[in-house]
Amino acid sequence: MTAYLKLDHIDKIFTRGAATTEVLKDINLTIEKGEYVSIIGHSGCGKSTLLNIIAGLTNATTGGVLLENREVNSPGPDRAVVFQNHSLLPWLTVYENVKLGVDKVFAKTKTKAERDAWVMHNLNLVQMAHARDKRPSEISGGMKQRVGIARALAMEPKVLLLDEPFGALDALTRAHLQDSVMALHQKLGNTILMITHDVDEAVLLSDRIVMMTNGPSARIGEVLEVPLARPRKRLELATNTTYLKCRQRVLEFLYERHRFVEAA
Amino acid sequence: MNMPATKIEVETAAPAATVAAPVVAMTPKRPPRSEAYARMARETAVRVIPPLVVIALLTLVWELVCRRAGSALPPPSKVFKDTKELILDPFFDHGGIDKGLFWHLSASLQRVAFGYSLSAIAGIGLGVLVGQSVWAMRGLDPLFQVLRTIPPLAWLPLSLAAFRDGQPSAIFVIFITSIWPIIINTAVGIRNIPQDYRNVAAVVQLNPLEFFTKIMIPAAAPYIFTGLRIGIGLSWLAIVAAEMLIGGVGIGFFIWDAWNSSHISEIILALFYVGIVGFVLDRLIAGLGKVVTRGTAQN
Repeated sequence: MTAYLKLDHIDKIFTRGAATTEVLKDINLTIEKGEYVSIIGHSGCGKSTLLNIIAGLTNATTGGVLLENREVNSPGPDRAVVFQNHSLLPWLTVYENVKLGVDKVFAKTKTKAERDAWVMHNLNLVQMAHARDKRPSEISGGMKQRVGIARALAMEPKVLLLDEPFGALDALTRAHLQDSVMALHQKLGNTILMITHDVDEAVLLSDRIVMMTNGPSARIGEVLEVPLARPRKRLELATNTTYLKCRQRVLEFLYERHRFVEAA
Repeated sequence: MNMPATKIEVETAAPAATVAAPVVAMTPKRPPRSEAYARMARETAVRVIPPLVVIALLTLVWELVCRRAGSALPPPSKVFKDTKELILDPFFDHGGIDKGLFWHLSASLQRVAFGYSLSAIAGIGLGVLVGQSVWAMRGLDPLFQVLRTIPPLAWLPLSLAAFRDGQPSAIFVIFITSIWPIIINTAVGIRNIPQDYRNVAAVVQLNPLEFFTKIMIPAAAPYIFTGLRIGIGLSWLAIVAAEMLIGGVGIGFFIWDAWNSSHISEIILALFYVGIVGFVLDRLIAGLGKVVTRGTAQN
């Protein structure tokens, strides 16, 4: 297996005054180019911290992240993030939000006209070209997340990081957006790392599911391969035995072996 | 060969077409438009009539109270009679400080414009520094908290000593009075920029200058404008007081001069103008803020 993105012995310890909390312990993971990997675990297990470390927004206490064998420890457009709450800038239009990243990443390599075309191309990919001049407050939650995805894709990242991208959406919108992301992955072949707490979502979208134990000192408990052929169809999979088995396996991990214990 | 001729034709025809077009478009819209006007008139009436009634009642009470012989203050009817010339001709200029009210007000407004612009620039700059850097905040914030409690006029003797001239001293008083709310509000705005926006900027790798213009200023704009609005109010408060002391042309000294010549009616008229101008300044900044922060306020 060729390592495209490699998480090497990552520990993360938060220090507040004299108190220290070990959030992540010895996280090792290698991800291949074009792979879709989900990280699933109960809330508070440090999934988002892990994603922030990969994105470079937080630094690991020990260990590091290697992307194409080079260590990365500061944020950059090669690891674009789709944030849980879309994080579009409310004073910019949809077009300008996407353009912000494009102008920066392709400042030297594309002309102004090419950048403009590239922004529109990416808005088209997520079917949001029609709302190019709208402000984020004028579009729905699902649309905002689409624009967030377009913004990340437009930076042509080596790895696309999705931080519970569908968490804040209603079930129908979520399903619709999951299908869109699957289609995009199929078409563009991005390497994607997604944080989620939704078992169905993880099984439906991923090639591999990384299951995390409960924190503190969360580790990778188990990694599950999802041997389902792509393109995957939501309806057909509902009765597919492999799908159901995978789902069963994740559920067992989360609800039997590593049941979420309420903090006393 | 035909081309130039047709071109000229088009050009001459164009104005006629633009004049004709709106008329055609508007005729069918007339009835709903009149309804809209009626609704607008109703809405305006609802807002305008209550204050008018209150003002009328207060004027009446004032008239009744001050009408009696031996009353210290003139009733409104006398105020109007005494100041009729000033009201009707605000533009006269007999040299020196014997000028119409327009000139006094514009002199005061110029000082405010000067001092306030300086404090807006310096205030936003310092506010960004204090909001962004923990060390700048620790170092400067206690200083600001003490300095901002100093009354505007207390600065005047010091600034007269430093500048040895009334004009820059008045401008300095405006500056030092209005800068504090601008600094403090800007700093709060900068500190409240959501971490999400900072993360976006980090992923996109904006440089500090781009971060300042593309994220900080728009994100903090609602706070900045709150500060600017308080600042303009304070400037206007301070200028009247400062001008009373430095003399020369200006609405503040006009009031002081009127008091020295026992023209109480002129004082009342000047106060009325001061109030109106202060109100307009406040609305102006509020309106500007509304336009600038269109997208930012709601998310």
